[in-house]
Amino acid sequence: MSITTFIIISIIKSVVVLGVLLTAVAYSVWLERKVSAHIQNRWGPTRVGPFGLLQPVADGVKFILKEDLTQPHVYKPLYIAAPIISLVFAITSISVIPFGNWVDIGPWGTYLQVTDVNIGLLVVLGITSMGVYGVALAGWSSNNKYSLLGGLRASAQMVSYEVSLGLSLVGVLIIAGSLSLRDIVDAQRHMHWNIFLQPVAFFIYLISAYAETNRTPFDLPEAESELVAGYHTEYSAMKFAMFFMAEYANMVTVACLATLLFFGGWLGPVLGPPILQMILPVLWFCLKVFLFMFLYVWVRWTLPRFRYDQLMAFGWKVLLPLAVANVVVTALIVAWRA
Amino acid sequence: MIPLSYYLLLSGILFACGVLGFLIKRNIITIFMSIELMLNGVNLSFVAFAAQWHALSGQVFVFFVMVVAAAEAAVGLAIIIAVYRTRETLNVDRVNLLKL
Amino acid sequence: MLHLILFLFFGTICVAGAINLLAQSHPINSALSLIAVMASLAGEYLLLGAEFVAAVQVIVYAGAIMVLFVITIMLLNAGKEERTQGSRVAILIGVPGVLIGGVLVAWTLLHRPDMQTVPIGALKGDPSDIARLLFHDFLLPFEVTSVLILIAIMGAVVLASRPEAIARPHRSTPGPQETRELVATGKDHR
Repeated sequence: MSITTFIIISIIKSVVVLGVLLTAVAYSVWLERKVSAHIQNRWGPTRVGPFGLLQPVADGVKFILKEDLTQPHVYKPLYIAAPIISLVFAITSISVIPFGNWVDIGPWGTYLQVTDVNIGLLVVLGITSMGVYGVALAGWSSNNKYSLLGGLRASAQMVSYEVSLGLSLVGVLIIAGSLSLRDIVDAQRHMHWNIFLQPVAFFIYLISAYAETNRTPFDLPEAESELVAGYHTEYSAMKFAMFFMAEYANMVTVACLATLLFFGGWLGPVLGPPILQMILPVLWFCLKVFLFMFLYVWVRWTLPRFRYDQLMAFGWKVLLPLAVANVVVTALIVAWRA
Repeated sequence: MIPLSYYLLLSGILFACGVLGFLIKRNIITIFMSIELMLNGVNLSFVAFAAQWHALSGQVFVFFVMVVAAAEAAVGLAIIIAVYRTRETLNVDRVNLLKL
Repeated sequence: MLHLILFLFFGTICVAGAINLLAQSHPINSALSLIAVMASLAGEYLLLGAEFVAAVQVIVYAGAIMVLFVITIMLLNAGKEERTQGSRVAILIGVPGVLIGGVLVAWTLLHRPDMQTVPIGALKGDPSDIARLLFHDFLLPFEVTSVLILIAIMGAVVLASRPEAIARPHRSTPGPQETRELVATGKDHR
């Protein structure tokens, strides 16, 4: 494949994936509002379009047209850069997520993935750890004691739970033998899904990911009743929308990783003509990601919030030893079988 | 295909900037950051030489440098916090007497 | 050609970040320039083929150690640094000295008769090969550094904690029984 074909195909893939991601982020807000409404025995958005499906469009227009308050007392460069940093790092991690298998369209063929790096999992972990800066710098540059406390708490929480997040994935890596996300999914063929082989690791991953994305029950840094609104107190309109989008994009990334690493990614019953065989894996992937997003919203509106010291104690004193024990047991079993 | 000395030159520039920062800066946190810059320059040298001599141990040694840098940063920042609590300043020129 | 362009791109960000670290007076700007240096160094490592080292550089150095620095700067509310007598002397003597030394080293490096070249992605640092080296040939340094990290964690916790937290470690609010006793004897207020 020549270099220009490669570049054109990559650009097309990037644009398509980015468009799908941003739409998914917008409609996960709709999903959250609908599901939370039905859990609380009310309707949710119903007026804008059928079933309120155009509500994200209305929200987007609102955010663009809202007055962008410029505070006189903030540290301007970082105040503007922090939401951009959050959003950029939240969206970048979609570039190594595979959606399906090899597809052939006419004379060209490509993997359904923007780029297949053989350290794909480490790239996602690295981008997640860089995302802490958006939160920390937002809290600090707002020049407001509530924002500073919220920013410090949120960044300390994110850094603490990154450790157990990474360690819980080591069991999966030992089984798959590779860091490439595509190889990890390929190792789960014939119903050898990692959820059956690594159930403890799955729960540790899920809990750490909820804490990493600052979602309930770990959302103390941004809870409205606690620190006004935590690190995004001083933000309005478009900058607040960027933080919002970054949070939901992180949720989508976590859901994608959970399906790829534990639930077999795009593997599922595939039948029919070749065109259907190319599309069905993608549909299975999207279905599984949708179920994880639903789980996210369900957990948010079911469980109460952790207090901050309970949160940190749980992360360091319970999850980390459990994750280490999981790695040791997995390594022993794999070495004994080999 | 670029000469190895370009990488070594970049590593040397980073190291020199780290030394300069260590000498001319007065804020103790910035001095620490210059030390981290020096360590990064050294890491680049290690990886460049590993590429030239086809010895993977150069890349393995980078891990040990990173681990030591992490340990040193943690303890150093804890010392900085302790100094700040007693002296109320982060300027090294004001921390020059044993008497408080 | 592409190798040279990419090298110069990442190298320029590295050098610009390093000089910005020296030039800025507020430590948070220096910290952010250092993060830029580390990220571009990860790019340089990728050019040399060390992909695992590049990923670890981003995760550990730029994503954890620098977060520690930024949190400390935020916690201690560090402000712009002031110019004192000592710093003027250091600038007058130190900067020309290091610059002269740097020019000498650069001259020696760039004017050699035989300059060995490295291709793009020279030595592929596969995680499995690095792991094999780390756990076979370098097992002792690996174990020793893990003990070192443990000691560093304990030291940092002790150094950064408040003195009374060590003197009276289990001081907490009284439970229900204790509260009733305090109220009954009138000791719940001074």
